[in-house]
Amino acid sequence: MSETTTNNQAVDESTDPDLQAEFDARLAADQKVEPRDWMPEKYRKTMIRQIAQHAHSEIIGQQPEGNWITRAPTLKRKAILMAKVQDEAGHGLYLYSAAETLGVSRDELMDMLHTGRQKYSSIFNYPTLSWADMGAVGWLVDGAAITNQVMLTRTSYGPYARAMIRICKEESFHQRQGYEIMLTLCNGTEAQKAMAQDALDRWWWPSLAMFGPPDAESTHTAQSVAWKIKRETNDELRQKFVDMTVPQAEILGLTIPDPDLEWDAEAGHYRFGEIDWDDFWQVVKGNGPCNRERIAHKTKAWDDGAWVRQAAVQHTRRASQASPSENLVLSPSDAGAA
Amino acid sequence: MSYDVPPVEGEVEAEANEGTAGEFPLWEVFVRADRGLNHVHAGSLHAPDAETAARNARDVYTRRQEGVSVWVVPSSAIYASDPDDREAWFDSEKPYRHPTFYELPDEVGHM
Repeated sequence: MSETTTNNQAVDESTDPDLQAEFDARLAADQKVEPRDWMPEKYRKTMIRQIAQHAHSEIIGQQPEGNWITRAPTLKRKAILMAKVQDEAGHGLYLYSAAETLGVSRDELMDMLHTGRQKYSSIFNYPTLSWADMGAVGWLVDGAAITNQVMLTRTSYGPYARAMIRICKEESFHQRQGYEIMLTLCNGTEAQKAMAQDALDRWWWPSLAMFGPPDAESTHTAQSVAWKIKRETNDELRQKFVDMTVPQAEILGLTIPDPDLEWDAEAGHYRFGEIDWDDFWQVVKGNGPCNRERIAHKTKAWDDGAWVRQAAVQHTRRASQASPSENLVLSPSDAGAA
Repeated sequence: MSYDVPPVEGEVEAEANEGTAGEFPLWEVFVRADRGLNHVHAGSLHAPDAETAARNARDVYTRRQEGVSVWVVPSSAIYASDPDDREAWFDSEKPYRHPTFYELPDEVGHM
């Protein structure tokens, strides 16, 4: 996904009307913008910010679920959870690569995450308190992420769209395994079903808030839609998610914690209550239950691994000194036969 | 990075394309989905050397049997055509290079 960032990256501060016209025409024709095309600086910056935040979310998103790997109830569930957390790491890596095509380095991105200059999805600042949370997170959080990411497979920046296609293919497993955990709990004892209901009660509203502020207050949405970065607005995606999820809760026999939730037959949509945006903004601003813990854990892992990265670099230097050419190909017989 | 290993005397700098000092170089990953098919570009990753890059490519790009073989190539080794030269390079219209350019009598049948 990094693709040809190698020679003369098209970083251009000027606003040449011809280049701007070419860029606009490309978007109008629904063609992708590729790394070495000219693009407005604002588009580049918006794209870096969005892809980086998406990547950081995948990486930090490993923590709430990693929390339960050692306490998974069966070996099967443990294997599944490890596979899911490994996928999140992979998704983060695809996205970092996509961000790097825009001329930002991996170290810079790491540093911006560690120092809080770039954010990640606030959903990961809530704690995972019981095993049922592994069900609710897969079902609701991954479900909300899929709704957003399916839209992003059609985003205008080529490397981002390609990363999204790969991620969406893998994400469906995440949601289904979560829903299956909920289903198993709901078909279990009273206590197990109560655990599932408790998880739904805690994750429902934060999942709806994942789509971001209402359209009327969202400063980025209009420009992002114009640039075809986003194809649907926050409110449209949120409605789509609610419409899909309410019947799934009914199958589980669980109650969505919203007294205002009702079916609007005329509109063909569920109407739902007011989201607590004060809580949302508190978490965005760093005051959620787990903000500090997540970054402290991530920074510690990065610092603790520094000697390994240094050793790997030194090893490569010494090996390439010993035989400068050998380091480039896997084995001579493997390469070459394209 | 917060740990610094002092350089060995006469050491060659590890080749890093874009990015800051100390960052692992970038590799492009190509995956062959099955025997008989081409290796196709799958994405990229950072790794200190080719062997580590190939191992990591296995973990990052083939978690679901997407491939039977991977190649990794230093991104700095790729020379790309310039998008500004696209028309000169690719857009020449030569319809006589396509079979549909030639009108033959129906009696000839499939050719």
